Amino acid sequence: MLDESYYRKTDEIIARYVRDARSLIPIMQDIQAEYRYLPGELLTYVAKEIGITEAKAYSVATFYENFSFEAKGKYVIKVCDGTACHVRHSTPVLEAFWKELGLSKKKHTTDDMLFTVETVSCLGACGLAPTIMVNEQVYPSMSPEKAVALIAELRGNG
Amino acid sequence: MINNREDFSKVRQQAVQDLNSYDCRILVCSGTGCIATGSNKIYDVFKGLVEDCPNISLVFSECGGHDEEKIVGVKKTGCQGFCELGPLVRIQKGEKVVQYVKVQREDCEDIFQRSVLGDEVIDRLLYHKNDHHYTAPDEIPFIAKQTRIVLENCGKFDSESLDEYLAAGGFKALEKAMFEMTPDQVIDEVDASGLRGRGGGGFPAGRKWKQVARQKEKVRYVVCNGDEGDPGAFMDGSVMEGDPFKLIEGMMIAAYAVSAQHGYIYVRAEYPMSVARLRGAIGQLEERGLLGENILGSGFSFHMHINRGAGAFVCGEGSALTASIEGNRGMPRVKPPRTVEKGLWEKPTVLNNVETYANVPKIILQGADWFRSIGTAGSPGCKTFSLTGAIENTGLIEVPMGSTLRQIIFDIGGGLKNGAEFKAVQIGGPSGGCLTEKHLDEPLDFDSVKKFDAIVGSGGMVVMDKNTCMVEVARFFMSFTQRESCGKCIPCREGTKRMLEILERIVNGQGELEDLDKLEELANMIQTMALCGLGKSAPLPVISTLKTFRDEYIEHIVDKKCRAKVCTALRKYVIDPDKCKGCSKCAKNCPVNAISGKVKSPYTIDPNTCIKCGACMDNCAFGAIHIEA
Repeated sequence: MLDESYYRKTDEIIARYVRDARSLIPIMQDIQAEYRYLPGELLTYVAKEIGITEAKAYSVATFYENFSFEAKGKYVIKVCDGTACHVRHSTPVLEAFWKELGLSKKKHTTDDMLFTVETVSCLGACGLAPTIMVNEQVYPSMSPEKAVALIAELRGNG
Repeated sequence: MINNREDFSKVRQQAVQDLNSYDCRILVCSGTGCIATGSNKIYDVFKGLVEDCPNISLVFSECGGHDEEKIVGVKKTGCQGFCELGPLVRIQKGEKVVQYVKVQREDCEDIFQRSVLGDEVIDRLLYHKNDHHYTAPDEIPFIAKQTRIVLENCGKFDSESLDEYLAAGGFKALEKAMFEMTPDQVIDEVDASGLRGRGGGGFPAGRKWKQVARQKEKVRYVVCNGDEGDPGAFMDGSVMEGDPFKLIEGMMIAAYAVSAQHGYIYVRAEYPMSVARLRGAIGQLEERGLLGENILGSGFSFHMHINRGAGAFVCGEGSALTASIEGNRGMPRVKPPRTVEKGLWEKPTVLNNVETYANVPKIILQGADWFRSIGTAGSPGCKTFSLTGAIENTGLIEVPMGSTLRQIIFDIGGGLKNGAEFKAVQIGGPSGGCLTEKHLDEPLDFDSVKKFDAIVGSGGMVVMDKNTCMVEVARFFMSFTQRESCGKCIPCREGTKRMLEILERIVNGQGELEDLDKLEELANMIQTMALCGLGKSAPLPVISTLKTFRDEYIEHIVDKKCRAKVCTALRKYVIDPDKCKGCSKCAKNCPVNAISGKVKSPYTIDPNTCIKCGACMDNCAFGAIHIEA
């Protein structure tokens, strides 16, 4: 059971939009921005509040890659594997993060909930490939060594 | 609130006056690339320096002007283009502009003292190439050889300031359209200009608008596709960030032309800054009465909305994009009816991409003939490209249609990085193809590129050198399209999966020659039978590499060899007996005991046991281990 505060926050978010199907995606985006994931209970709640079926809400939420029903780490590291980054060797950067954090293709989030590592198709900063994004900040010209250093730095920040 | 055209012209005059009152403007690039290299900090340092200096009064983007001796502005501009050399800073005094590159925090004080307060040019911060030092941005070959229409304002003024946009002549085109032209005249002008959709398809924009305008249904929408999903492309993001007002002006002109009252911009999730800048721009326009009811008393009303994507590449397809705005799964539907008849909420909809709309204001102002004087007969105007990969000058460029690859890659792009040998350029993203040396002198436009099994696409250009394996590149794109397939139609959902499996086999050294026929058969099937344009074009990277680099496929299959040494499974680790000192470190590091030998004499690797992990090479102190193709 989610704490009551989650529902109150969701009410606040819903109030920003018109109550119909077109608001489903922006509402889910705002909830995810708040909690770094989309709690299933809230999705059910939103569906009822804006007058769509639960099935429809889930069909939309599962279609888009950005929505996650699992809680993510404090630092979400998106390693760009767009073409430009790929040809400038982004794979070793991804592998360095995995190795440093004990993550893999299957396991995305560290047990201490500090880091989530995922890949993204393009961050739009191809001129500085290979790039990564930590939460909303882009880091340019990455290398496996810089990846390790960055983790140390973020760990230091807590 | 500006209520009529007279007041608007007064506001503009004031904006021009304000802009001219600066003694000096510090223009800090704040495109995604430069922010990543720290330009926001540079901005803050300059702001602090200006604030702390008693002799000058300051004008920031967020506050008004002062009347004192010296007025200095610190501005965040749109992408100045030369992303590789960021953070970029321009110092502008009147007509004179100095471009500094790779500016670090410790350089700011120096710049401030010598170039802002003083009139010196700091040599070490200039762009240097072949012993030549370039002072003005327009002299740098990377910029000098471009023709900028859509990008003309990027880097020249504060992209978040409506007043600066007005001072540069912004919204003059909208004014002209609303007060001096009928909607039909606007459509005719755009039609006559020959402007074609910059999102990839190249459909004539004027014709699209005409089709929407003649629908019986009176509720119409104008939608902008800012879901720039092609990996390796960042042109539209740069326009949304760097000149948001121009995009909005273009959309407003389209809306006036087809009598639409609402416009939607669909921005991809990975561009938070584009969303922020567009929101800021819309807010200012609403406040001043340039968006809303009865704009400038013209009788034309228009409202803008922003939708953020949620990470689905397929939403770049028109009908999927409108489905997503409606709050549905972003899946394409069968056409007809087309978007111009039944688009957003089943209403007639003009759907163009960012760059297309951003071309419109200047066409209205300067006329169709002017636009036709640039580019080729079939594809007038310019095209933006994002130049990336193994190239010296990565960045954002704009050139006339019909420019050759050689001009783009060598004259503007400065050739390949570290003087490497050119192999291919991948153009058009995952729906595009590879062009090679023999295409270097072909003029690029919508029609010519199609002949070589590629598409101009949205304009992503990834340059590849000899260290790139073309089979692996094909596999890379197929894994992208396979992952992004929405799953609605079987040819794309299953076909891309089977193609990917075959390509994975080949790069792992398990391919067979008949796989190539299977690939071609599947490609042909997907191309003819997939539901949407993205599905239909998904096999293009394979078709084009199979045609041009078939020998590389065959090498992978028959000789089990990857000449670029990229495909891990096909690597052969070899110890050079002349360099090996017999220290045994490699043998100790080998996880599968594939290395054997006697201490103090050269070791050898058993290729059958080796799992190509590279641990031996990483640990060799003598550089005695290398990869053989």
